[in-house]
Amino acid sequence: MQDQFYTTADVIAAQIKGDEGFLARFSGESSDFVRFNRSAVRQAGMVEQRYLTLELFRGKCHAAQTLSLTGEQDLDADVVKAAVATLRDILNDTAEDPHFLINTTPQSTTRVMPSALGTPEESVDAVLKAGAGHDMVGFYAAGPIHSGFANSLGQRNWDTVKAFNIDLSFYLRADKAVKMGHAGTTWNAAAFAHKAGLAKERLAALARPAKTIQPDGYRVYLAPAAMEDILSMMSWGGFGLADHRTATTPLIKMVEQGVKLNSAVTISENMRDGLSPGFQNQGFVKPDNVTLIENGAYKDCLVSPRSAAEFDEAPNGADDSESPVALDMAAGTLAHEDILKTLGTGIYVGNLWYLNYSDRNAARLTGMTRFATFWVENGEIVAPVNVMRFDDSIYRMLGDNLVALTAERDLLLSTDTYEARSTRSMRLPGAIIDDMRMTL
Amino acid sequence: MTLPADIAARFAAVAPACDFWSVRVMRSRAEYLAVTRGVAEPVALSDDFGVMVTVHAGGGLGYAATSDISAAGLTRAGRAALEWAQRSAGRMVAPLPPRSTNTIHHDHEDRPRIAWDAVSRAEKFVRLKAQSEELKRDDRIADWSTDLSFTDEDSVLVTSSGDFIRQRRGIVVPGLSASASVDGETQTRTFGRGGVIRQGGLDVLDDVGFWTAAPRVADEALELLAAPNCPTGEMDLLLAPDQMYIQIHESIGHPLELDRILGDERNYAGTSFVTLDMFGSYQYGSPLLNITFDPGVVGEAASYAFDDDGTRAERQFLIRDGILQKPLGGAFSQARANTSGVANARACNWNRPAIDRMANLNLEPGSASFEDLVSGVENGITMETNVSWSIDDSRNKFQFGCERARLIKNGKLGPVVKNPNYRGISATFWRNLKGLGNAASVQVLGTPTCGKGEPNQAIRVGHSAPPAVFADVHVFGGG
Repeated sequence: MQDQFYTTADVIAAQIKGDEGFLARFSGESSDFVRFNRSAVRQAGMVEQRYLTLELFRGKCHAAQTLSLTGEQDLDADVVKAAVATLRDILNDTAEDPHFLINTTPQSTTRVMPSALGTPEESVDAVLKAGAGHDMVGFYAAGPIHSGFANSLGQRNWDTVKAFNIDLSFYLRADKAVKMGHAGTTWNAAAFAHKAGLAKERLAALARPAKTIQPDGYRVYLAPAAMEDILSMMSWGGFGLADHRTATTPLIKMVEQGVKLNSAVTISENMRDGLSPGFQNQGFVKPDNVTLIENGAYKDCLVSPRSAAEFDEAPNGADDSESPVALDMAAGTLAHEDILKTLGTGIYVGNLWYLNYSDRNAARLTGMTRFATFWVENGEIVAPVNVMRFDDSIYRMLGDNLVALTAERDLLLSTDTYEARSTRSMRLPGAIIDDMRMTL
Repeated sequence: MTLPADIAARFAAVAPACDFWSVRVMRSRAEYLAVTRGVAEPVALSDDFGVMVTVHAGGGLGYAATSDISAAGLTRAGRAALEWAQRSAGRMVAPLPPRSTNTIHHDHEDRPRIAWDAVSRAEKFVRLKAQSEELKRDDRIADWSTDLSFTDEDSVLVTSSGDFIRQRRGIVVPGLSASASVDGETQTRTFGRGGVIRQGGLDVLDDVGFWTAAPRVADEALELLAAPNCPTGEMDLLLAPDQMYIQIHESIGHPLELDRILGDERNYAGTSFVTLDMFGSYQYGSPLLNITFDPGVVGEAASYAFDDDGTRAERQFLIRDGILQKPLGGAFSQARANTSGVANARACNWNRPAIDRMANLNLEPGSASFEDLVSGVENGITMETNVSWSIDDSRNKFQFGCERARLIKNGKLGPVVKNPNYRGISATFWRNLKGLGNAASVQVLGTPTCGKGEPNQAIRVGHSAPPAVFADVHVFGGG
């Protein structure tokens, strides 16, 4: 798709006139999607999509149109030419945008990540084999994801990652299940089978009679997958410059009152890891690292070009949403084998679910436990726990009540497929937290 | 201009040999206009055109979706769908149900009272900027925005059985928001926080009161800054329609989805506390509770004549007089569960397959005016405009937060309070429904982003509801 996009960019370049300029963004994928239920196929198929967003500008006047493309050069050229004409008409009737800022120092890049995906037959066979004799439900997604950028200054950027993402749950009964994820760029059937085997082994602990806990404060261990939900909520407006300057960030007490998290908490946008492309919509190349929270104190924001112009700051490669795409939380010192012993008596939370703010000003979150969550006594798993609601603040959970972060971290590749397959990721430790408030 | 019907005909000429095929062609043209903190955002247009081919072969089902609508692209999509059908043959979770032998021909375009382009884009910006100025009515307003989106959606479904179904409609989603902040506290009021969505054209904006709402939205954000925190306790709860819609959505709509009950969603959106044996006898709510699947409400977000499987959509009671009647399940789910359902197999776009979705899921009105409902509350609170929603994966234990609330004492509205929240359990909450607003109090709302499915799909759904009173609800505030 790279050649097609660059040819399309040349078509656009040939259309612009006088002092016009353009930005062109491409996203495309060829994805195999297989959905499973009851260890059988529920829906299977493929999606091939190509989208171009063309932004035409003249001075600080600009307008954009997103188009689906066929990949047939002649057909797409006609569509693109029509779009240039439409946008040119709009510019004639558009006021200057004081917040329009683009990269004017061309930085062309190309990244095609090495990969070795299995055939759809191999992967689907492996998943069905893992589910045989069990109640397995889940999803397989695989194939290339492409991103591109071009502008009228001659900048060209391209990124291709061919990845797979298998997201499965093995059910024992009702809502008692173990969830597993297996994702990457190189398919290894033995590695998948090993991981699935470990997940199925954990089902044995779910067979014990479930414990219903009463609302109270509990010592908990949040596995990295559960921490992903907490950090996702922090990422919803917590790290963007616009949210800080308009006082709508959930971390407002850190920004305006200097409230700090536990000194063990360091969070950054780390573009060296993960799958997301290293450039953004206005052509800026992302830096390797932006430290957001350092030793518990708020440090830097993610700054999009638009926010940079509005609030008179320098942009730092952030997307328009100013939300992390490769979030990294620093490891602690707790060894994996010491997790249950350090937890002592409390709740081992494998996954959280459906979080939201119960008080955004106070960074107070609510959500549910889900999947493999266990009651632990004296460092031993005793029983699965029936789903429980928590309602507690980030300042407490990642502040004074944070006991330890694990030394081992998981790289969690997003399973999101809304509109397109996500390339977001998080690298996170697990956390032991005291007195986490369970409410219902 | 190439039309979806032309593409469907083009596919029919190159369709693969198989037991059955369908092609769903969608073209969505959209416009987004916004003014943020007094500055007009760039005009954003989109034109999204693609096809979803579905093939049945040898008992297997496969799909292939592509934005390549050229003849070669359609041929490749047909071949890919056939290959996936062959791969899945003998491995499907259930046999494919037989197709109806009746062929359908339906060709309909909704005509709004006022076309979207009856007012120029420049004039729309003038009005949005005027709204923006009304929102920024005080130095304490730290963030403010107003926006409009319009989508012209044209879809055609053609099958190897000879069906032709074309449906075209406009969808309007307006938004207003004002955040007031002082001394490290921020309070936000919105115009329905995304819950205002209608089919139609420019007429929608007058019907929902969009152009006149800005001063109230800003004033109420400022009012909340000075308000005390919501108290904690068990009390009567009077919910406004712009909170009721999501209460219905999360704790009735999702648990009644038949694919969840059958387990399809257990890896992602979750399962359901509802089981198949409950239909026909389970007391879901008090006798006041009447829930309909109603695809025929003019202007509601998910009104349609046929679903994306080609099943004719008709109004059905899902809960009648408090008793559970029917699930939200389309043709395939109905066959798997051996039960009746509704026409709700829907896809959010050409690039996603149809699954069981809510559509228009409505709470039928009662007989009380809003004033009657207030006067019946001795100790309670009324909450409006959803801001926070969370529910377990079986759709039972929930917690919701609202933007604004007022205390009610001895049948009278009292002071405004901030950060109102409540929590409960679906299976008992609806049985405590004790008051229901009349037809005049109903608001037609919905959401454009109901998330579900693997691959994920965010789809629009409609919910009309009156205000409603619930007894003995646990209410609490922030902090």
